[in-house]
Amino acid sequence: MQWEVVIGLEIHVQLATQTKIFSGSSTAYGAEPNTQASAVDLAMPGTLPVANEQAFRYATMFGLAIDAEINRRSVFERKNYFYPDLPKGYQTTQLAEPIVGPGHVDVQLADGTEKRVRIHHAHLEEDAGKSLHEDYHGMSGIDLNRAGTPLIEIVTEPDMRSAEEAVAFARKLHGLVTSLGICDGDMSQGSLRFDVNISVRPEGEEKLGTRTETKNLNSFRFMESAIHHEVERQIDILEDGGTIVQETRLYNGDRNESKSMRSKEEANDYRYFPCPDLLPVVIDDAFIDSLRAQMPELPDAKKTRFQAEYALSDYDANLVSSNSAIADYFEQTAKVGGDAKLAANWILGELSARLNAEDRSFRNCPVPAERLGQLVQRISDNTLSSSGAKKVFELLWNGESADVDELIEREGLKQVSDTGELEKLVDSVLADMPEQIEQYQSADPGKRKKLMGGFMGPLMKASKGQGNPKVLTEILKKKLGD
Amino acid sequence: MSISREDIEKVAVLARIRLEDDQVEALEKDLGNILNLVDQLQAADTADVEPLAHPLDAVQRLRPDQVTEIDQREAFQKIAPATEDGLYLVPRVIE
Repeated sequence: MQWEVVIGLEIHVQLATQTKIFSGSSTAYGAEPNTQASAVDLAMPGTLPVANEQAFRYATMFGLAIDAEINRRSVFERKNYFYPDLPKGYQTTQLAEPIVGPGHVDVQLADGTEKRVRIHHAHLEEDAGKSLHEDYHGMSGIDLNRAGTPLIEIVTEPDMRSAEEAVAFARKLHGLVTSLGICDGDMSQGSLRFDVNISVRPEGEEKLGTRTETKNLNSFRFMESAIHHEVERQIDILEDGGTIVQETRLYNGDRNESKSMRSKEEANDYRYFPCPDLLPVVIDDAFIDSLRAQMPELPDAKKTRFQAEYALSDYDANLVSSNSAIADYFEQTAKVGGDAKLAANWILGELSARLNAEDRSFRNCPVPAERLGQLVQRISDNTLSSSGAKKVFELLWNGESADVDELIEREGLKQVSDTGELEKLVDSVLADMPEQIEQYQSADPGKRKKLMGGFMGPLMKASKGQGNPKVLTEILKKKLGD
Repeated sequence: MSISREDIEKVAVLARIRLEDDQVEALEKDLGNILNLVDQLQAADTADVEPLAHPLDAVQRLRPDQVTEIDQREAFQKIAPATEDGLYLVPRVIE
């Protein structure tokens, strides 16, 4: 049977505010445990929350970026559950009246087609603290520094039909929130967390299958493998005549396996009700208009500009505009290097491959954009051959801080393009290859191209890899009587 | 309207309250009375009434995004039952 995969996402975005959503505690990452947990965050009796204006600004900016209705009035509610990482006994969140109403995000897929993912809504809420379960004499250790960090939770419609679409959407969303500057986008630190709702149904069936929710996806790679894993698991169960249990699953990316966290049958009954400690928040048109006026250039607009300004292809422009880190890197490289197309090729090719392999991003790229720009410049003016360029790149990647021109000088990588010098070289090499010359000259013209390679190897060797292959080929052709 | 024993036990679990048998009986009666009152309220026609999020007719004042809290961990942890390495220790919780 053909199965159709249906995916919806819930995304928790930590907002890049200085302080928490309901208290003046710092949200800086990496502080000593509980040094950023104030009386409000600890739920001390008698404390009251006061909402952070910046969180509302950031949520509104997100709403504007996805073309959503911004609700002028939003209401906080209590979601009641007991877990020590939220000592109030409830999470303050929004339910019936969230700040951001329905919107949409358009995603470009690898084959160039556009896919629209509808956003159901996005609401403001507070993050919980962290529990550490290892070795505290059979007890759990609680760090409440994260408790109260502002989040927006973004809920999509079940519009995605494959892991590829879900990951493309997730990357687009990551690019959006980082370009807006409302989130640092660091998934490894949990700044952006994706929960994936997955179900399958027979092709053509309208009714949705029972879904599961997979949590703990802290990289795009894990997200993709987790979806493949869960889809396979569900199809195996259904094809064996079983049924899917609605549950939350925890994915372990290192082992590519998942396990059930809790089933929804015994799920908590959250008993939501409006929070009596917080009045409804009302924002006006002036608030929204001033944010609209300050919106930074977003990935879609960047893409259009890159196509116009740098003559990039639709495909390349889409990739280098996908988030602000890569876009800034590209623009700096192109500025120094001159050849924007070549800059994009290096960034999307060699550099991206190396960064991905080490799970690094353009933000902590070991090669500064200025250096890559110099490399691009020396490739495009023929100072470097492609093998010389690879050598220079390798040095830069491994932390070499010298100027590219210095490296070329030091490593003797300057390409020789001088015709007179190369002609002498060709003559001396050909002098030792009479048989091959005869073979070449008596060969069918169609096969000559292949035989040419037999000369190029020794020539490159004789020039210590510094001969310009293009010039050498031309001289060679002339000498061989082509 | 009446409330069942099972409902009371479920609510007690959700609220993390331990109830003895005689307390359940008493609560059955008390909560039943409260629910009767709710039934009376339910009889009112509210078709044209906006749901009320807060009894005060006011809006929330927002706070500028500036750090105003200082680190008072030592004071807070002095009154905590158990701490270690700066963490609050609680009965083990793993779902």
